[in-house]
Amino acid sequence: MSPANTPVPVASKPPTTVRFRNWIGNNLLRIYAVLAFIYLLLPVMYTFVFSFNDSGKSNLTWVGFTWNNWANPCAAPDVCQSVINSISVGLVVTLAATLLGTLIAFALVRHRFRGRTTTNLLIFLPMATPEVVLGSSLLTLFLNILVPLGFWTVVIAHIMFCISFVVVTVKARLSSLDANIEQAAMDLYASEWQAFRRITLPLVAPGIAAAGLLAFSLSFDDFIITNFNSGQFTTFPKFIYVADKRGIPAQAYVIASAMFFIALAIVLIGQFAGRRRKEG
Amino acid sequence: MAKADVTQAEGDLHLERLTKQFGDFVAVHDLSLVVPQGSFFALLGPSGCGKTTTLRMVAGLEDPTAGTIRIGDTEITHQKPYRRPVNTVFQNYALFPHMTIYDNVAFGLKRRGVKDVNKQVNDALTLIQLSEVAQRKPAQLSGGQQQRVALARAIVNRPAVLLLDEPLGALDLKLRRQMQLELKRIQTEVGLTFIHVTHDQEEAMTMADSVAVMNNGIIEQLGPPTELYESPHTVFVANFLGQSNLFPATVQETDGEEIILEDPDGKFRMPKERVASGVNTSGGSNVLVGVRPEKITIGPRSEAAAAPIDGNYVDGVVESASFLGVSTQYQVRTEGGEQIDVFAQNLDVHGLLPHGSHVRLTWQPHHGFVLAPDQDIRASADVSAGVSG
Repeated sequence: MSPANTPVPVASKPPTTVRFRNWIGNNLLRIYAVLAFIYLLLPVMYTFVFSFNDSGKSNLTWVGFTWNNWANPCAAPDVCQSVINSISVGLVVTLAATLLGTLIAFALVRHRFRGRTTTNLLIFLPMATPEVVLGSSLLTLFLNILVPLGFWTVVIAHIMFCISFVVVTVKARLSSLDANIEQAAMDLYASEWQAFRRITLPLVAPGIAAAGLLAFSLSFDDFIITNFNSGQFTTFPKFIYVADKRGIPAQAYVIASAMFFIALAIVLIGQFAGRRRKEG
Repeated sequence: MAKADVTQAEGDLHLERLTKQFGDFVAVHDLSLVVPQGSFFALLGPSGCGKTTTLRMVAGLEDPTAGTIRIGDTEITHQKPYRRPVNTVFQNYALFPHMTIYDNVAFGLKRRGVKDVNKQVNDALTLIQLSEVAQRKPAQLSGGQQQRVALARAIVNRPAVLLLDEPLGALDLKLRRQMQLELKRIQTEVGLTFIHVTHDQEEAMTMADSVAVMNNGIIEQLGPPTELYESPHTVFVANFLGQSNLFPATVQETDGEEIILEDPDGKFRMPKERVASGVNTSGGSNVLVGVRPEKITIGPRSEAAAAPIDGNYVDGVVESASFLGVSTQYQVRTEGGEQIDVFAQNLDVHGLLPHGSHVRLTWQPHHGFVLAPDQDIRASADVSAGVSG
């Protein structure tokens, strides 16, 4: 170690270097965050910008600015039908998966029964299995029992993998609840049903809502399993994939951007409402 | 208040031959007990002794394996918890986190469809001196306040029996002392039967009219706190409530109303009435002699030897002395090899008897007690030492 390596020479260094170093030290995290956000949001920005492209069939090169795509998002053939399909599948799946998954979560947390450990394990299986495997084995099953592919096979496939996520989400919320609280309700003259409706359900509701949103977005987003089991039925992700071969219409960019902003709005509203509830 | 509840609320709580088994484990064994109406009753024991299980059976949260539970003439053994006139203050309060304090307290009244909920809730909140926080949520209250809300939520229903499961366990020492007096005040004011489960002997003795000391699923002894403390019937009770010096001795002979005992330190006299029931005191039988540390007087042997002998005495050497302010705690090794603890009041300002002093310990014969010999002298001593702080 050199004798210059004492605290005194540090102070005698040119002040600008020191200041720059301090600035880096203080803002490193901020710089990193900005870069990370740019990296994450660049594709979204690209999609948004190109949704205004006055393209013909293919939207790969910038031609010129237009409002037409946003004014007529359904102009391109089948875009809107695929979105409607995705939303209908999503709604049915959300309803079924949330209901079934919540019931399973209650059974697993609140009751001791034969096969409970096995059930706990099996719940994780759809999450751990590669989607290609899930999709292809389901297809084999449907073909073997002669179920025609379409809306309902997609719904069944989605419910299958969404249930796991619902169970895990609701279970986490339910386990964090003090079991004494229900007993306290029953001790205070509430029947089993009243205790559930007035105490347990309101307390688990945020978990169930989160599970429902998760199920919807998983269903809306899924491509691999859907592609195996949909036959002629087209969801939005599948439409994009198929359209990619002959050029994605700019209207798809419009819908993708719109979805992004709607999701963003939901998150912001949720945050705002949460903060207001805490203050109030 | 509904009429049916008034009639139900009249009566003592009877537990008859109550047993609860979890698989092979017997949590409560053949327990019989009567709690008079309007009394403050404590179930005291170390963790795992069955006291909480007993409480939960009365609340209806556990189903007894055998036996019956009655309030007055009404049997409630297998009734659903929401059908019995019993309310519980849970150990961790179990307040409903999504409801205001007002709604928490009103919950039971509303479920029963009681009229003038508003007045009763406000009265209950006044009783616990928390009217001003009625519209807050439980999370916004301190531990002591939550504890009082849990109490108000239960007593607002005027149950025939109020159960308290370690209600002060989560509070710090100072708050606990304050709440002990508060609980006692409220119990006297509302006149309900309180059953209080605790492992804290001081808490039980401060508040309860009578205490049942439980161990391994059975009641070791039941009685008023002073009786349990002064005349324990078992080693467990002697060690669990306060501290005791216990040493083996042999009965020599009976002399009128007294028995004469002998151990390596010499002979003692004990009145027969200080012998626990069922102890064999015929000549030659072995017994345990117990003396509380604060009942023993300690003094330098030279001085004591000059004075006339008053009561029982042993000679020994001071092994350690700790000055505690109000008192001094000595450990003395007797000539016979026993170790005896002594709490000496600091009446004088002369200071301590130093380590190695030769001392004489004396105590009045009726201050000791005699127990059956076939018990572990250390029974519960570690437990009570662990929780008394």
